[in-house]
Amino acid sequence: MTDTTVLELVSPSALLKSEPVEMVVVPGTDGNFGVLPKHAPMISTIRPGVIDIYAGGKVSERIFVAGGVAEVNPERCTILAEEAVPVSDLKADEAQARLEEAQAALKSAETAHDKANAERALDIARAQIQALSN
Amino acid sequence: MASLKDLRSRIASVKSTRKITSAMKMVAASKLRRAQDAAEAARPYAERMGTMLGRLATAVGSNEGAPKLLAGTGKDDVHLLVVFTADRGLCGGFNASIVKATRLKAKALQAEGKTVKLICVGRKGADALKREFGDNIVARYTGIEGKKGIDFSSATEVADKVLALYDEGEFDVCTIFYNKFVSAISQVATAQQLIPFTGEEADEQEEATGSSAVYEYEPSEEAILADLLPRNVGVQIFGAMLESSASEHGARMSAMDNATRNAGDMIDRLSIQYNRSRQAQITNELIEIISGAEAL
Repeated sequence: MTDTTVLELVSPSALLKSEPVEMVVVPGTDGNFGVLPKHAPMISTIRPGVIDIYAGGKVSERIFVAGGVAEVNPERCTILAEEAVPVSDLKADEAQARLEEAQAALKSAETAHDKANAERALDIARAQIQALSN
Repeated sequence: MASLKDLRSRIASVKSTRKITSAMKMVAASKLRRAQDAAEAARPYAERMGTMLGRLATAVGSNEGAPKLLAGTGKDDVHLLVVFTADRGLCGGFNASIVKATRLKAKALQAEGKTVKLICVGRKGADALKREFGDNIVARYTGIEGKKGIDFSSATEVADKVLALYDEGEFDVCTIFYNKFVSAISQVATAQQLIPFTGEEADEQEEATGSSAVYEYEPSEEAILADLLPRNVGVQIFGAMLESSASEHGARMSAMDNATRNAGDMIDRLSIQYNRSRQAQITNELIEIISGAEAL
């Protein structure tokens, strides 16, 4: 199988990755979806979770994203991520600290806006911990 | 006429000033390079965001339930101007030009009977606008640029504030003012409308590439747009911050280059003056000695 699709992973501060891959699994808001070459064009939002990049039928790289948007067309898959870290660089204690911080923020949140922010931070922290546990 | 001692200390002081300005120039040059790299690195994200939004906006634009950030509030009474300046001076006309552009716009809006609100990013802008528009400044941010350059989180902070104000119905139109980086010696004060979203650029690009593929949306166009639009505000603000920082360093570099050159000219002039008056003094003394000897 030599067919590949181009994966572009972009964060606000840099173009993190632009390379041909065999398949990626993206954590969409409505569930994970795999992107193979010649995928039908679509746009989806992403929930905090892990992008799995496949090479030779196996997961070759796992990258944690804190949310964003993915645009897929037959030739490429563009992911706009707010924050992207390889799972191997995540630290369990940091994720735990983030979780506690988010919980504290949620408790002290007064406006609906603050609350929404804190809830999002909480989701991100939870997803990080989950990413580390499997 | 200034005494020799005065001239000597003058020369010494101009020399030390020159040292400072040339050091500042070099610091600005290295920061400029970094800021420029950062601005270039951020461009792909903003571009892709722009195309995606443009596509979505054309898909949803005609619908009734389009998000407020896209459709606007239907009014245009209260304008929010977000002004990006530097925290520090000594960078030529950088701060002045952006403040001037803002002042013109604010005055024009007020003349039309509209309310103006300001958010100042960077200390210099807030200081310059405080006198005239002190009551209109709703928020100010300083120390945006840290040791490692500009962080996206500081852009998010400003964007959150803007969005919170918008949600509360505090303003109808938001425009950002920043210096666009053209080259190290040229920066252009630019005004860009942020809210409601205008997707002209994306539309043009769309036509150019001629991509007419029908996209599937997950969860739905509206949901994605509702998610993407606030994010776009953050990205635009981040972009403006980066452009502004690159411009600031560019402006400072050329200002300091000029200052260094001027100091050099001044030193030359003062040295000539010093040498001449020293020579005059020696001649005087000689004449005194000779005429003294002749009188004997």
